[in-house]
Amino acid sequence: MRTTVPAIEVDRVSKRFRIYRERPTSIKQRLLTSHSRSEDFWALRGISLEVAEGSTFGLIGHNGSGKTTLLKCIAGILRPTAGRIRQRGRLAALLELGAGFHPELTGRENVYLNASFLGLSRKETDRAYDEIVAFAEIEDFIDNQVKFYSSGMLVRLGFAVAVHVDPDVLLIDEVLAVGDEAFQAKCLDRVRAFQREGRTIVLVTHALDTVREICDRAAMLHHGELHALGAPDDVVREMRYVLLGVTDPGFVPEEGTREVEIAEVHLIRANGKSEGPVLRGDPLTIQVDVRSNAPVADLDVDFAVLDGATNHPVLEARTSRVGLDLGRVDGKRRVRFRIPGFPYQPGKYWVTIGLSSRETGHLYHVQTQRYLFEVVEAPRVQERVEVPVRVEVEEL
Amino acid sequence: MAATVQTFERTSEPAHLRVGERLRVLVAHREILLNLVRKELKVKYAASVLGAIWSLLNPVVFLLVFTFVTRVLGNAIPDYPVYLLSGLLAWNLFSTSVSGGSRSVLDNANLVKKVAFPREILPLSAIGVALVDYILQMGVLLLFILVSGFGLHVPELALLPLAFLALLAFTAAATFWLAALNVRYRDVGHLLGIALLVWFWVTPIVYAGALVQDQLVDRGALWPLSFVNPLASTLGGIQRALYGIVSPEGTPVLYDVSLGWLAAVIGAVLLVSLAALRLTWGYFFTRSGDFAEEL
Repeated sequence: MRTTVPAIEVDRVSKRFRIYRERPTSIKQRLLTSHSRSEDFWALRGISLEVAEGSTFGLIGHNGSGKTTLLKCIAGILRPTAGRIRQRGRLAALLELGAGFHPELTGRENVYLNASFLGLSRKETDRAYDEIVAFAEIEDFIDNQVKFYSSGMLVRLGFAVAVHVDPDVLLIDEVLAVGDEAFQAKCLDRVRAFQREGRTIVLVTHALDTVREICDRAAMLHHGELHALGAPDDVVREMRYVLLGVTDPGFVPEEGTREVEIAEVHLIRANGKSEGPVLRGDPLTIQVDVRSNAPVADLDVDFAVLDGATNHPVLEARTSRVGLDLGRVDGKRRVRFRIPGFPYQPGKYWVTIGLSSRETGHLYHVQTQRYLFEVVEAPRVQERVEVPVRVEVEEL
Repeated sequence: MAATVQTFERTSEPAHLRVGERLRVLVAHREILLNLVRKELKVKYAASVLGAIWSLLNPVVFLLVFTFVTRVLGNAIPDYPVYLLSGLLAWNLFSTSVSGGSRSVLDNANLVKKVAFPREILPLSAIGVALVDYILQMGVLLLFILVSGFGLHVPELALLPLAFLALLAFTAAATFWLAALNVRYRDVGHLLGIALLVWFWVTPIVYAGALVQDQLVDRGALWPLSFVNPLASTLGGIQRALYGIVSPEGTPVLYDVSLGWLAAVIGAVLLVSLAALRLTWGYFFTRSGDFAEEL
């Protein structure tokens, strides 16, 4: 059912907010301050992306990176300062659960009010009503005023209404992160049902695993700019790096023609594990498992370690340079690069892995700066040793 | 599905109102309007035993008190309760719509920031709430007119729909303008309070329209100009429709003008108000794209 026309097209969209130090909200202030002191804040800069119809798109980034602003522009709540957004089909935006809930109204009345904001007609709400109440698990309290509800009940009711909307395009902002684990699982099930029904979903979330699990594509915003766009795995990995605070290497997706591909990579520490910090001076093994999709006779495997602070390579090796011929590779191979002692300064280091042709240099598969490890100073342990002590006594 | 899929485009250009298209959008979202009006009414009377009866009690008490007072103290205007209420209820429709509507966007800041829906619904729901009260209270007044033996005046009654429509159009025009203006200038609320107070007393509601006519009729243009006040003309029409007699018992009460002339003036007010509504609605619509940002 996928068509070539995207459900959402975002075309070079920028959004500027004016931050007023003293915002003139009265006529007097308008008259007295000829120049209202304001600063420009660009929440979005030249964002372009497309969301294919029927796909699920994940939007990640730090707090304040512009995710919600972008969502609000798509929903039509905010007007972009530049650029254009084209969106096809009926849209519902879940930016807040239970928008418009009024404490004096009963749960039932609030269901109808909230549902109408999400675009449901009275009849549609009638049809979904029993299911909504059951989903929220508050059958016994539905005719009580919601001011007597616990916050958990409010959230459940809000979500229950939200997941019964019937849009072509659904925008979800963070709302999956509510409720206990069981309720969250239920919510994810609903999102999967939406996916099966062929609806387009844009999901803003901090739960990176959710993005990897349910999204077809993802984008990462960073200070209002589109930092990464592509497969969820790649974008999530990029997000993890930025979260770790290493120098931004720029987003480079995997490349190569994949006659042979990198199946798995482990950075094995001195203790045999492939996680945790590397002590300075400790041995490190870079273990690369490759898998061929077609027999290859000229495989060259290489790696490079780059300093996370400067992005300069500090260590490189390739199988061909040490005279190693992997022969005809048809199936799986494991290559281990053993570094007897990692000598460099504490800090973060990237690893790039490449598979290429020894003869022509053709790239089979390259993962640029995909793996990361941290080097820490080895703790100084004071060992107990025999120190000869001379004893003198003097008469005074 | 492909045939019915609509494409929406959002650009940096502020939107311009196309009335027909926008009306269809509003009709499609009527459920929100109805729910908001219902909510306001429920909240207003929530936790009160009598509920909406309070709304009816107001004019009932008015009618009883003024009937009693004018019996005891004598009266400048015969059947004063009917005269007073026919103007006062219409005034309340205007003033509660305008003051509620002017606050509507500010009061619902959270909704505006979080939910995409046609912003017009907010001022419209304020008008809707006032309208429900007006219709209920008019019911009481009409009942009183029939039961008390005051009686309806048939040719005059024909003015009621026209005057009511003109009042509604003017109310809507003012409400849209003030609601949008209030987002930028928070003074609007204060100014409006004062303006409404003055407006109430320059419009013949508690005193007889004939008094105004008496004062102004010899001063050339001032007398016809007094009908530029849309409330003087529309309320004058509603008073004429319900109270009916220009000079009961020889006491001049209503404007001494022909029905045709009054209808023509109110018709003109209706047309001008509709034109104004088109303008203020357009202003509101264009500004509404930035409400979420300015709140």
